[in-house]
Amino acid sequence: MSYEIINLVDISKTFDDTLVLDNINLYIRRNEFLTLLGPSGCGKTTTLRIIGGFEEPTSGKVLFEGKDITHVPPYKRKVNTVFQRYALFPHMNVEENVAFGLNIKKLSRNVIKEKVKNMLSLVNLGGFEKRPVDSLSGGQQQRVAIARALVNEPEVLLLDEPLGALDLKLRKGMQIELKNIQQKLGITFVYVTHDQEEALTMSDTIVVMNEGHIQQIGTPIDIYNEPKNAFVADFIGESNIVDGIMIEDYVVDFGGYTFRCLDSGFGEKEKVDVVVRPEDIKLVPPDQGMLKGRVLSVIFKGVHYEMMIESNGIIWKVHSTLMEPVDTIVGINIFPDDIHIMKKVKVS
Amino acid sequence: MKKSWVAYPYVVWMIMFIVVPLMLIIFYGTFERTPQGIEFTLEHFKRFFEPLYVMVLIRSLYLALICTIVCLLLGYPVSMILASKEYRDKRILIFLMVIPMWMNFLLRTYAWLTLLEKNGIINTFISFLGLPKMELLYNQWAVVLGMVYNFLPFMVLPIYSVLIKIDKSIIEAAEDLGANSRIVFSKIIFPLSLPGVVSGITMVYMPAVTTFVISRLLGGGQFLLIGNLIEELFLKSGEWGFGSALSIIMMILILFSMAIMSKYEKENEGGGLL
Repeated sequence: MSYEIINLVDISKTFDDTLVLDNINLYIRRNEFLTLLGPSGCGKTTTLRIIGGFEEPTSGKVLFEGKDITHVPPYKRKVNTVFQRYALFPHMNVEENVAFGLNIKKLSRNVIKEKVKNMLSLVNLGGFEKRPVDSLSGGQQQRVAIARALVNEPEVLLLDEPLGALDLKLRKGMQIELKNIQQKLGITFVYVTHDQEEALTMSDTIVVMNEGHIQQIGTPIDIYNEPKNAFVADFIGESNIVDGIMIEDYVVDFGGYTFRCLDSGFGEKEKVDVVVRPEDIKLVPPDQGMLKGRVLSVIFKGVHYEMMIESNGIIWKVHSTLMEPVDTIVGINIFPDDIHIMKKVKVS
Repeated sequence: MKKSWVAYPYVVWMIMFIVVPLMLIIFYGTFERTPQGIEFTLEHFKRFFEPLYVMVLIRSLYLALICTIVCLLLGYPVSMILASKEYRDKRILIFLMVIPMWMNFLLRTYAWLTLLEKNGIINTFISFLGLPKMELLYNQWAVVLGMVYNFLPFMVLPIYSVLIKIDKSIIEAAEDLGANSRIVFSKIIFPLSLPGVVSGITMVYMPAVTTFVISRLLGGGQFLLIGNLIEELFLKSGEWGFGSALSIIMMILILFSMAIMSKYEKENEGGGLL
């Protein structure tokens, strides 16, 4: 039993001369909950479909437990998929849907019945066996789709934005339910989403993708606290991203002030991206601030206020539980811990 | 609805061209002029049960059945090809299927005469190869051929329109769960296409049972089908009473089979009727 269950090696994919995936290298560890995260069109779904066998990569290899499965058709792979729009079989009831894979494996009728029953109770659909699938709500259909995939005891479960069509409250519930199921069964989950909060909530590992490239791979905490580049910082959570210049190691100039920071190893006078999370900006009386700014707008967001504060031509987004009225002059402090310096990347 | 008056022209039309003729047919079929005046009679219906006429009906049903089966066997694969990924965007093939339907029905059928004649194109080709000429026309296979040719699009289009609507991800889901292409077809594609198959069968079988042009031209009048019989009774021998009775019998048969079909279709979640 190898530690890595799936390896994507130098995967590229083009559709009609458009490069969708550009040299993707990724390994997926056994029993982890891995999320492919990115905006639509970033190649995350294509990556998932290549693992599932629905697309063949233009070049590169897919390894499953070390064996090359690049050209193995989907029905011979030990992975199962939960599709974006559930893709339940409309002419079958709940039980027949869930039993579909087991019937193909020609298990005995009693075994099938037993497994289907257990699986349905795992997804809280006990007693729904004979219901036609189109009489179910979105959330219930979703759970049938999950049960239908899981009942085959796959080594890897692929989920393609499975909660996309559900309302917010149901999503939150299902996120926790999915995570519980994954931990209970100890199956590797590969999850595709564009919702960063969903990714942060459920994942062991997040793979941030953009325009066919992997931007960063890491735990949710790493990705949030140490984004590798401006794209990741912007996509995960909210950020202020401003231009800065590294004066020397541990000293950076941006926004009209020279800050101390924790980063080193940049060239002298190198232009960099500086990322500061809105909640990391501290508002103080004007005379105590590193920067002075004027409040442009205030929005109440529930837990905190979101304020836009203009200072030296830069507009800072600030989250704070204390409200400063519009047009107040405030001081802004940013401490070394909260300043993230990134090399400039050519973003097209 | 307040605006029900917009339906009046239609109602008038229905009464003039559907209800009145129907009543007339029923009247002609069940009443007879006798020296004493007009009397109710079931004589015409009794006459139908003579073996000669029952045979004509059975032959019509039988040939229509063969035609429908052939249409289904030919039409289903064609629909699948048309609905497949490679041809999905190429409307040209559908277009080619439909174009012959724009031509006059008689012309289309006459075209087969030129092909199948004793000195027609096919026989010329055969004798060119040094084989004896064949009797291709004026038998029941020529009639079936003509029916299949004329009615095939009515089988292909409803099946095609159902197949094209099947969600691709459902097929992928089946593959994902371990189904090879054979199982995908038998468990997913075919069951989901049944409404189309049912309406295809209806749309081919009904006109095939009642056709009289095809059997007259390609069957050379030697194969009397129920349609020909009715036509002759009305136009040649002037026996309107018996002709009407046969029409009523046909109508009942068709309504009956339509009822069975539509019931079946509903059970299969309907839809797909062109």
